[in-house]
Amino acid sequence: MTLSIVVNGKDHEVASDPDTPLLYVLRDELELNGAKYGCGLGQCGACTVHIENKAVFSCLTPVGAIGDRWVRTLEGLGSIDSPSILQKAFQDEQAAQCGYCIAGMIMRAQALLEKNPKPTDDEIREHMQPNLCRCGTHSRILRAIRRASDVMSKEG
Amino acid sequence: MVGNITRRSFLAASGIAVAFSLTRPALAQLAGGGEGGPGPAVVAPGLPGSLKSWPYLDAWIQLDNAGKATVFSGKAELGQGIKTALLQVAAEELDLPPRDVTLVTVDTLRTPDEGLTAGSHSMQDGGTAIRNAAANVRMLLLRQAAIVLNTDVDSLITTGAGTIVSNDGKTIGYGQIAGSLTLHVQAIADAPLRSKPQFRTMGHNLPRVDIPAKTTGGAAFIHDMRLPGMLHARVLRGPSEGTRLSLPSADEIEAMPGVFKYVRNGDFAAILAEREWDAIKAMRTLQSAPYELTRAPFPHGSVDETLKALPWRDIVILDTDAVVANPVKSVAQKYSRHWISHGSIGPSCAIAWLNDDLLTIWTHSQGTFDVRRVASELLGRPIEKIRAIHAEGAGCYGQNGADDVAAEAAMLAMAVPGRPVRLQWMREQEFGWEPLGPGMVTEVDAAIDSNSRIVRWNYGVWSNPHNNRPVGAGGVLIGNEVQPPFQPPEGKPIPMPEGDGSRNSNPLYALPNMHVVYHFIKDMPIRVSALRSLGAHLNVFSIESTFDELALAGGIDPLDLRLNHMEDERARNVMQTAAANFGWRKRQKTKPLQGFGMAFARYKNLGAYCAICMEITVERDTGLITVQRVQAATDCGEIVSPNGVQNQVEGAIIQSLSWCVHEAAMNDGTIRTTFDWSAYPILRFIEVPRKIDVTVVEQPGQPFLGVAECGQGPTSAALANALADATGVRFTHMPLTPDKVRAAIVTF
Repeated sequence: MTLSIVVNGKDHEVASDPDTPLLYVLRDELELNGAKYGCGLGQCGACTVHIENKAVFSCLTPVGAIGDRWVRTLEGLGSIDSPSILQKAFQDEQAAQCGYCIAGMIMRAQALLEKNPKPTDDEIREHMQPNLCRCGTHSRILRAIRRASDVMSKEG
Repeated sequence: MVGNITRRSFLAASGIAVAFSLTRPALAQLAGGGEGGPGPAVVAPGLPGSLKSWPYLDAWIQLDNAGKATVFSGKAELGQGIKTALLQVAAEELDLPPRDVTLVTVDTLRTPDEGLTAGSHSMQDGGTAIRNAAANVRMLLLRQAAIVLNTDVDSLITTGAGTIVSNDGKTIGYGQIAGSLTLHVQAIADAPLRSKPQFRTMGHNLPRVDIPAKTTGGAAFIHDMRLPGMLHARVLRGPSEGTRLSLPSADEIEAMPGVFKYVRNGDFAAILAEREWDAIKAMRTLQSAPYELTRAPFPHGSVDETLKALPWRDIVILDTDAVVANPVKSVAQKYSRHWISHGSIGPSCAIAWLNDDLLTIWTHSQGTFDVRRVASELLGRPIEKIRAIHAEGAGCYGQNGADDVAAEAAMLAMAVPGRPVRLQWMREQEFGWEPLGPGMVTEVDAAIDSNSRIVRWNYGVWSNPHNNRPVGAGGVLIGNEVQPPFQPPEGKPIPMPEGDGSRNSNPLYALPNMHVVYHFIKDMPIRVSALRSLGAHLNVFSIESTFDELALAGGIDPLDLRLNHMEDERARNVMQTAAANFGWRKRQKTKPLQGFGMAFARYKNLGAYCAICMEITVERDTGLITVQRVQAATDCGEIVSPNGVQNQVEGAIIQSLSWCVHEAAMNDGTIRTTFDWSAYPILRFIEVPRKIDVTVVEQPGQPFLGVAECGQGPTSAALANALADATGVRFTHMPLTPDKVRAAIVTF
């Protein structure tokens, strides 16, 4: 039996068992690099993706529970040749050291900006609280989100 | 009190002191900060940086007929931005656009062995080598162009675009000369270097070359490598180091759903599966088997009780005496930090593949060449039949599980010839089995005279070795598990000037009497190895806390006390720069439980200078600390990437705050008990300083000084000093958790 899921606007038939966390389906079957394994416990946010505009931990979400709700990963925002506003803001702020957490950071921040395009600094920090960074890139990540918010509001 | 520091013990230990003090500083600055093995042999001592070991230019640089360069570095990208910085250095000295330079990082088949990527040595050793090698190549290109153009070499200049022009207008491209130029020649030490006014690439912010892929889902990490026919492996271990699972029979394990193969050798056990989730499910089932302890129970008292219950040997670090005025006020204090986890966000991963007769290992270890040596000994396989290649992992900040997992993947690959094996540890395995940053204790007894001059300085530091980097099979977990096992090597200290537990125990300040002893404890009750800055973290914390205690006792500003005892001009400059940009002299408390603190250190007294000023507020009811602002100043010599330096120092500040306020890897008698991010919290966004500013002091023409670790000690110390200023209480035992702070302040 195969499952069908919609990822980054495309239909995919997946062979994984329904109990498989979405993370492993994205990484191993769909060969998408964005979502990362960090803890498998929903404590670090490295695996953050969107299900219907909401940031979720893909390490805790069984693929069988997704149904017809669409999934979006970092790859769904933009590409290396055509990065999204938020991806570009992370690049412009040089908001990465090792970068392992960054895909999850961008996806969580994107969910905020789609809901609240002009968040306050405190709202950004509060919203980003579930995601961990060990290199200490937080200030740059906060600046990148602010920059993207500014660009998005200018472009209206 | 520093009971162990007496004249008698100094004399008793003087043999050791002599042995270490005779080490020549120039050669004692080992590759990787003295960690790991002896490093590559020095064959050309007169050359700068890693050229000492690899003097031939073609080991570092090759030019093709299109005039593009390939540069080979034995250093690894760890998220510190070294790949971009080395590219900038090479482009600058070759005088090529960065896009025409390709950088190859450490690969045992292709690059020089530059030892570990550690100890803030990459720019100092690797950057210096590439800079001088590139300058040599540019010099040879100019000479060759002079011959081809039949003109005087002094009439030629490089243009920055891969061409050379003469002052009478003739032009020739690097590509046109490359074919007739042999680079299999030894570098000379004094090839002319480009200087700051000429810089086109160095000193500018070239965007990091790795960030585009990392922000768009490119294959940026070892975790993202997918090789044809790759199997997924998981190791089967008990909850933490020194435990052994009672596993069912091999037949039972191989019959489990999804299990492709079960590999067992002695106490090492792992499963391989076609699908990663099948491997994890089988591992989870097998992990629920009973486990037993294979070693002595963990101690679980305080750091002080644990360490001082063990035998130590004294190593004298400093022993200076001078006639001074009488002490009038003194302070004596004990400081400690607990064992700390590296806390990499991505658990360790490795891929290995036995293809034909070559075993290739991809690893994010800081010692790629050592991964190869370890695998060779573990497998009894000739080293030339093993290739190790660095591939990026999550930030490691020292020796996490990277080396262990690489050796394990190598063993597993041998069991399935032709099939690549990807092994990743799970979160709880990383917390449970990685070497921790050692717990440490210091004791200080210091005094000032009536003029607030420091006249007494007695200091002791107790620590396990911080350098247990594997250089053979005994240094990795699997080496101790296979039959017959390889013995773990005995712990050894790193001699000064780099030091390990002793790192930065020698204050840079000019103090007339300094008695500093390293109480080296070789027996390790908990598995430990290098964590960013090694002993410098607690030593700087202790020294700089003591300076503030003395300043308080003497009624003198902490900045003045420091400046009054500092002769090094660059050190004075970073302190004054940080203070000026912070507004230290104008600081004023406007509310209760607000505090200001500063701290300074020069990393190892050899690397980058760093001063930190900090303003905090403390919430009375909870003990929560909010860092309102941090002003750092750093001097790391000639600057390659100002933004890269700032990124490293900002990161050091935030990571050090996390260590200082939150972190302690705990255990009971049997197991480590901090196995996830809820039991081992680290700093999250809400607690990040409201503002961080890093001023990078320009030092054109000065040698590169490693910057990556310089902020670890000063940040924790500045926080403790600000906390003392805010609360009137000196906190001495990290982590300075809200509970601890609240308990101490709620009484007044």
